[in-house]
Order: sequence, then structure tokens, then C-alpha cells
Amino acid sequence: MKIAVTSKGTNLDSQVDPRFGRAAYILVVDSEDFGFEVLDNKENVNALKGAGIQAACMVSDRGAEVLLTGFCGPNAFKTLKAAKIGVANDAGGSVRDAVKAYLDGKLPLSNKANVEGQW
Amino acid sequence: MIISVASGKGGTGKTTVATNLAISLESDVQILDCDVEEPNCHLFIAPVIEEVRTITTPVPKVDEEGCTLCRKCAEICQFKAIVVIGETVLSFPELCHSCGGCMEVCPEKVITEAGRELGVIERGHRNGLDFVHGRLRVGEAMSPPLIRKVRSFARSDMLTIIDAPPGTSCPVITAVKGTDFVLMVTEPTPFGLHDLNLALEAVKILGIPRALVINRSDMGDDQVRAYAERENLPILMEIPFDRRIAEAYSRGKPFVEVMPEWKETFLELYRHIEEMAG
Repeated sequence: MKIAVTSKGTNLDSQVDPRFGRAAYILVVDSEDFGFEVLDNKENVNALKGAGIQAACMVSDRGAEVLLTGFCGPNAFKTLKAAKIGVANDAGGSVRDAVKAYLDGKLPLSNKANVEGQW
Repeated sequence: MIISVASGKGGTGKTTVATNLAISLESDVQILDCDVEEPNCHLFIAPVIEEVRTITTPVPKVDEEGCTLCRKCAEICQFKAIVVIGETVLSFPELCHSCGGCMEVCPEKVITEAGRELGVIERGHRNGLDFVHGRLRVGEAMSPPLIRKVRSFARSDMLTIIDAPPGTSCPVITAVKGTDFVLMVTEPTPFGLHDLNLALEAVKILGIPRALVINRSDMGDDQVRAYAERENLPILMEIPFDRRIAEAYSRGKPFVEVMPEWKETFLELYRHIEEMAG
């Protein structure tokens, strides 16, 4: 299974970036062997609006089934839901820690956005 | 002729100047309150409202039946208001700027127009004074489309006075652009000066003749006057910080009705504007 994690850096020891749409990077991690792909999110970091929607499309295109992040707004959540991607908010620590916590069942999927949209 | 009243800083007296000028002129004048997020001219004009119209803006509606998921709509949208994700086309009406691009590029023609409510336009009059304002729907993030709609009621057979929103961003530009004269209103304080400076820079870019009214002119300092002189911005009127004016305002009365001697001052202001606007 592929797990997308928002990240401040480009490897598994990087800290989870709490922002989703405007995260510095998104790592797509394979839960079997912890192999990963780095998605550079710099185009979205400075987007006026719709950063979360765009990031959700990117994650979906890479075949991720789950997203681990800190905060997820309503438009991003709606997009991820349409793509049938589960979302776990409140992820923290390193990317590796977050993936392990999710696989151990310590990071539950949430059923709604946990922050307001940005205007 | 269209005169717009703008300020940069909020609460400097735009509405006071716009409504008192309109009432002093008495007839063949209309007031368009373009501060659609918080219109307040009606409190002073007390118009009889004759017509209320709900205004919508076109947003896409996708019939997924015939959609081939080609993504052309998503690619042309600059605001992520329509995206293709998995097997679904998702649209976000609140992000849509109504350009119509998605409908234009859809090869299957499965995107049609739906409406997003922007708010209402209310039209009315008081004696010889024509009145129009917009009220933005609570929750609507974009005011320029509704402001454009209010402006579409400008009549060529009378003088139009536009009460613009505060600030210097899109709503103000939408209210002021293409008007014949901008009357800027400020107060002689550091805040008033700071925002007047921003607003004047915007009006300069628009290339519209302009002049200044200083409200609460006997408080604060002389920085605004010095700035106006440096910028060649004529000061056409000064309104003192007078308790009677504040009392009239708090009761929703245009102060020229309580202090009729001010009518002549407003008429003179109008004559100056006419001369400057050419």
C-alpha cells in the first residue's frame, strides 16, 4: 500500500509538515519496504487558492491510498474523499514514525476536515 | 458624470461625503452604494425600495454521464474550481471566477451553467434621488461581480455618485475604475495618511482626476495637508470634528439636513469637481 505523508524534507527522517496543501514536500511511502518517492510541492506552496485541492490531485495521481498530515481543510478533504484516499490528521514526528504509527493502528483515519478553509 | 468616493482607510467619512453631496444636489442625481460587504448609504438616504433582485454568477455543472475524464476543464481552470480525481469530476463553486473556460473547452459539452448566488441588488428612490445598492450574500468571498452589477445601474442622464468600499484591492478598483472623478476622503491622522497614500497610488495608476476631502479636519496633525501639497492633490473641502455632525450621524441623518448652511459648501464642492473633471 502507498502512504502519502506531508514532509518538511526529502527523506524518511524528515519531520512531518503539519500543512497539507502548502507542505514543502509530500513523500509517497511503500508500506512493504519503506521505499519512497519525493513529490516537490513548491508550486502549491505559493498558490493563491486551491492548494489543498491541487495537492490532493497529485497524491491521487501517484496511487496513494492513505494520507498522513497535520491539518486538512474542507476542500482538500472533499477531493481526497472523492479519490477514496483515507486521511489521518494530527500526524507528527518523522515521516518514518508517522507511517509506523499508522501501520500499528495508532493513527486513526478521520472522517472530516480538522481546519477551516482559507480565504 | 460619475464621481466615486474612496478613502483607503475605513471609517474616514466616505458615506458621509457621498450622501450629503447627493442630498445637497437634490435632483438628477443617483447614489450607487458599492460597498456591498457592508452597505450603509441607505441608513442616511432612507430610500423607498421598489425592486429587490437576486444576482447569481455562472458556475459549472458537470453531467458525469457523458464525461470522458479528459481533464481539459481542470487544466484551463486557474483557480482549481474544477478538478478530475479518480473517476470523478469535482467542482468547487465558491472558488469559481465564472470565466466560462471549462464549458468552452469541454469536447463532450457536458458542462452546463448553474448559478451561485452573489447577493441581492435593491433599487429605490427618495424624492428626486435614485438609489441602488448591493448586499453580498453572507459567506460569499468575491464582491467584484456584485459591485459590477451595482455599477451597471449607472444612468447617463444624471450625475452618479459611487460610495466605494475601503481598502485598495479588487473591490475598490472595481468600484472606482472608469469613473470620471475620484473624491478621496481622509482624516488627518497617521492612519488616515498611510492609507490615503496607498489609495492615491492606486488612483494614479487608473489615471483618474482626483481631489481630497479632509474629515474631522481640526484633529490630528498637519501631515495629510503636507502630503496633499507634495502630491498636488487639491483639498476641496474640510469637515470639522463637530459634535452636531456626530449626533446627526448617530441618528442616521445626513448632517446637511441638521446644518443646512453646509448645503452650499457641498454645492461648491460639486462645482469644483465639475471644473476639474472637465
